Amino acid sequence: MNFFNEVIKIIVDYHGMLLEGLGYTMLIALIGTVVGLLIGIIIGIVRTIPKSKSAFVRVIQKIVDVILTVYIEVFRGTPMMVQAMVIYWGYAFASGGNTLPLIPAGLFIVSINTGAYMAEIVRGGIISIDKGQFEGAQSVGMNHFQTMFHVVIPQAIRNILPSVSNEFVINIKDTSVLNVIGVMELFWQATKIQTMNYQIFQIYVIISVMYFIMTFTVTRILRLFEKLLDGKNTYVIHGSQSDPNAEIKITEEAHG
Amino acid sequence: MNEPVFQIEGLTKNFGKNEVLKGINLTVNKGEVVSIIGASGSGKSTFLRCLNLLEQPTGGQILYHGEDITAVGFNVNEYRTKVGMVFQQFNLFNNMSVLKNCVIGQQKVLKRTKEEAEKVALYYLEKVGMAQYRDAKPRQLSGGQKQRVAIARSLSMDCEVILFDEPTSALDPEMVGEVLLVMKDLSKSGLTMLVVTHEMQFAKDVSSRVIFMDGGVVAEDDAPEVIFNNPSNPRTQEFLFRVLNKDI
Repeated sequence: MNFFNEVIKIIVDYHGMLLEGLGYTMLIALIGTVVGLLIGIIIGIVRTIPKSKSAFVRVIQKIVDVILTVYIEVFRGTPMMVQAMVIYWGYAFASGGNTLPLIPAGLFIVSINTGAYMAEIVRGGIISIDKGQFEGAQSVGMNHFQTMFHVVIPQAIRNILPSVSNEFVINIKDTSVLNVIGVMELFWQATKIQTMNYQIFQIYVIISVMYFIMTFTVTRILRLFEKLLDGKNTYVIHGSQSDPNAEIKITEEAHG
Repeated sequence: MNEPVFQIEGLTKNFGKNEVLKGINLTVNKGEVVSIIGASGSGKSTFLRCLNLLEQPTGGQILYHGEDITAVGFNVNEYRTKVGMVFQQFNLFNNMSVLKNCVIGQQKVLKRTKEEAEKVALYYLEKVGMAQYRDAKPRQLSGGQKQRVAIARSLSMDCEVILFDEPTSALDPEMVGEVLLVMKDLSKSGLTMLVVTHEMQFAKDVSSRVIFMDGGVVAEDDAPEVIFNNPSNPRTQEFLFRVLNKDI
């Protein structure tokens, strides 16, 4: 059939460009998601710092809170494509004509945009942790940061992993908007190939399959990661009544 | 023996307009085992939580070895390593094994090495009969087992006082005994214990002193024999009559 031959010909002729696009798309989506998550976690930790007794520190806390709220609302409330244009050309405007290097610019835009969403996702994750976990940590003398770092955030991350995985998938697809500033991701490569052979339908079928393979693989891998974080369901009891060196492996969870 | 650990004067706590504690005066000496009894809503748990600053007192004073714990600049986190707390809902760290639960505070707060902390943790886990389960996660344990681990977690910090906030109220009846047994052993070790409890038998047999709280104040404070056999306050008589005759 003609269509398949054309598809194969595009893959053969332009596999370099397609793979380069795929590479940049994955790179930007992966780093953007990880950095975005880190931004979200930091904001989550900062926002849950208990109110200080000192009035001066309380004012600073309030100011920080307002700044963070503005950041989250602005970046959630405007399209990433528009943010890309504003940041890229805003820099050019302010610097009198210099432009940002494209890949770092793309990484920055996706990270900061994802950070705004992640801040809310992490907040939800922290809220979902039982108050008793905080009190348990306080009762052994942990400060806020120790409590968050060792007790709350690890549990919150496990709970929000499905949402994080969702953000990752969205980022893989949404890096395509970076073509407006010329980042060489997969969609941008398709627009270039299109100007060379005019087989628009065939090209976009190919990159849709490529996008799908990326998103599907990532969701499967993150599922495995979730299972890994849950840890083993088994544990070993050390010693029995008759033999102090016995090791009894428990494979079933106790219920009730 | 009469070295005061806590000297509490005029302690009050309001939640909004709701006055929960209306001026508590109490001195607790080293090595005492004090049971705090009283009806629901009498302020027992709030009082205990104020002692660990999980609730910020509204007024009055709490002195710990003569030091005001609500003063600005008082090191609350260091204080909490000395005054441990055991909760009704255990509050074990769900993301850590039994051993790690008893180790993490020592490592991060007391800055002990991992080896040292594990040695201490295993010693106390042995004491509460949970060393065998050191690799289990909290979700794999029964309520009684969790509470024994929680006690070991407090003890691992080498605390001087443990505050027990209804430690057996969330347990199935057949598991209450194992926890009370551990607490009974502890009471002989010289540890200072304040126990909010509904277990009247424990209050009667184990504690050296019983406090009856009513309406946000200490209504009666005496030796267990006096409180249970010859209470002077009519409210105490009424309360004990109700809880001790619940089977009839």
